[in-house]
Amino acid sequence: MHPALQALVVVAVAVGGCIAYFLLSNLILDKVLFPARGANAGRNTNRANLIRPWLFLFPALAFLGLYLAYPVVATAWMSLQRDNSFVGFENYRLMFAEPKFGESFFNNILWLVVVPAASTAFGLLAAQLTDRIAWGNIAKSLIFMPMAISFVGASVIWKLVYEARPAGTDQIGLLNALYVWVTGADPVQWLQLPLWNNLFLMVVLIWIQSGFAMVILAAALRGIPEETVEAAVLDGAGPFQIFFRIKVPQIAGTIVVVWTTITITVLKVFDIVLAMTNGQWETQVLANYMYDKFFRAVDWGMGSAAAMIIMALVTPILVWNVWNARREMR
Amino acid sequence: MSQIAGRKSGLVWAVHLSAFALVLLWVIPTLGLLVSSFRTGDQIVGSGWWEAVGTQVQQLPAVRLGGDEVARDGVFVIEGQLFAAGAEVSAWGTSSVAPEAYAPGAVADLDGGVTLTVAVDGGYVLSSPSTMADLRMPRVFATAATPPEFTFENYGTVIASPLAGQSIGQAFLNTLTVAIPATIIPILVAAFAAYALAWMEFPGRALLVAFVVGLLVVPLQLALIPLLQFHNWIGIGKGYLGIWLAHTGFGLPLAIYLLRNYMIGLPRDIIENARVDGATDFQIFTRIVLPLSFPALASFAIFQFLWTWNDLLVALVFLGTGNDQQVLTGNLVNLMGSRGGDWEILSASAFVSILVPLVVFFSLQRFLVRGLLAGSVK
Repeated sequence: MHPALQALVVVAVAVGGCIAYFLLSNLILDKVLFPARGANAGRNTNRANLIRPWLFLFPALAFLGLYLAYPVVATAWMSLQRDNSFVGFENYRLMFAEPKFGESFFNNILWLVVVPAASTAFGLLAAQLTDRIAWGNIAKSLIFMPMAISFVGASVIWKLVYEARPAGTDQIGLLNALYVWVTGADPVQWLQLPLWNNLFLMVVLIWIQSGFAMVILAAALRGIPEETVEAAVLDGAGPFQIFFRIKVPQIAGTIVVVWTTITITVLKVFDIVLAMTNGQWETQVLANYMYDKFFRAVDWGMGSAAAMIIMALVTPILVWNVWNARREMR
Repeated sequence: MSQIAGRKSGLVWAVHLSAFALVLLWVIPTLGLLVSSFRTGDQIVGSGWWEAVGTQVQQLPAVRLGGDEVARDGVFVIEGQLFAAGAEVSAWGTSSVAPEAYAPGAVADLDGGVTLTVAVDGGYVLSSPSTMADLRMPRVFATAATPPEFTFENYGTVIASPLAGQSIGQAFLNTLTVAIPATIIPILVAAFAAYALAWMEFPGRALLVAFVVGLLVVPLQLALIPLLQFHNWIGIGKGYLGIWLAHTGFGLPLAIYLLRNYMIGLPRDIIENARVDGATDFQIFTRIVLPLSFPALASFAIFQFLWTWNDLLVALVFLGTGNDQQVLTGNLVNLMGSRGGDWEILSASAFVSILVPLVVFFSLQRFLVRGLLAGSVK
């Protein structure tokens, strides 16, 4: 059977299966296990209502447990093993000794510092600039658009910007064309320029994420009470003072949310590096290093150890998010 | 007062101009690739895409003259065309050292009394007092201005006659096969769970919500090997079933979180009234909550569709690498590796792969924005 046809069948089966599961399980609960009639009608209804939430939750919890929670534990366990025997922290020791890991870790920190800051800053700038102008929505759409483009597609787009042709010929990459035109120097292979090339890869993610930051921050800016701005205007505040002293402090909470969300994305960045440099010229990052270990070197111990490093970097945000969620529920 | 007004309008101008500059900065990279995808390979490497509408002055590949000679008025003549019509010669030469030695129409004296002239339209006349049958024919280097040329051929090439194992039409279908079930299944599973977490009272509910929030940020990198082992163990191995399940698992936390946040905001009265009227939870869910939650469902559906369509990592790990299972992003990465310099192929392939997400994005942007706001603003 053709996979596309198979997909349609699966959709039908999944939809039907889901509906059948919920319908039947509720039916069994109400009619067979705890019927709401006879001598124990009241007790049965209560019991059925105790169980029902778990019927609703069961498929989701099964998926979450099996596809997200269990793998965290399994990966942690695998990171302590080598050739099917327990070796303690040997994998971590081996990994820390590898220069490629140090490079990946350093680059990841660089990404963590630059990308969330730059994306949030550009997002805030775009949100503020487009806030009160007539064609603001079109502008927002266009800046938001890269969100729809895959990381790989974005890599192709930016690779053309960074393209270098031999000196003396016409440059077809925008960056080199500008560079040669302004400085008169020879064109540069931007992606092969250590340290700087990291920045050129980061630009791709900043380009994608700024739109996300803009959308959220624009909504937050709209939510600022008009009185606070008017009061500042009456007190003679200039536009920059209003922005930095009145508006930004009021949306600080949202800025933090945007910042952390982008941080999570940055920690998992993989496609861009794989597509543009594949970690050559000192651009390796943790997620791609991990992929190399898993699927090229087939070293599951060290690959798992690298995955655990990513997990460790995410954990503070995880804890913070959970803590916030708990606080809101009270 | 007028001074203040003047400063104000200056500021307005500054805002408009900087907003415009920002938009330009964001659009130009994509525009570059889009324009390139409609140019011929020669044109792409000959000049920057921003010069695509202008005539292109470039040095054409050297042409070795040839043809039948004709005896005319005591001289032997060979006539011909350097290239097909359309281009205009601005300079030409007979050696690679001085490729622009002569102007069009000028006469070059070659050895042995042989003369050569090249006209503006690329026509050349080679004449000699004696027969040229034994002569080694000269090469001509011409610098010509070619008119802009736009074509759909690149798209035709990548769709209809791809390289072996690089069929983008097939990859398109494969991506669709991955994305649709991977979008629908998590919605179904999540909607019920979200309802339970929003509107049903049971011990441990707060803990479960915290659990879901925690899983929101767990990197899926950790899940790859354990799940691959699990899939091998239950016998489905690498394939579509595996990737559908994986995408479902990875998409669930966001789905549950978004839907619960939305459902909890529904008016309490409606649900309480229905309960009082004797409706069961199942009825309340399917008849009231689900229809009212349509905007949230749509938001998540768009997210998940974009994410599964654009995903590379999950597809690399859970799908096979054969032609019948390669997705668009994987196809594109392979092209970047094997044909990194063939921009006409790369740009057209990239645009085929981002076309569907862009259409979804521009037509359903409203829901996407709403989903983003519900998902992160507190």
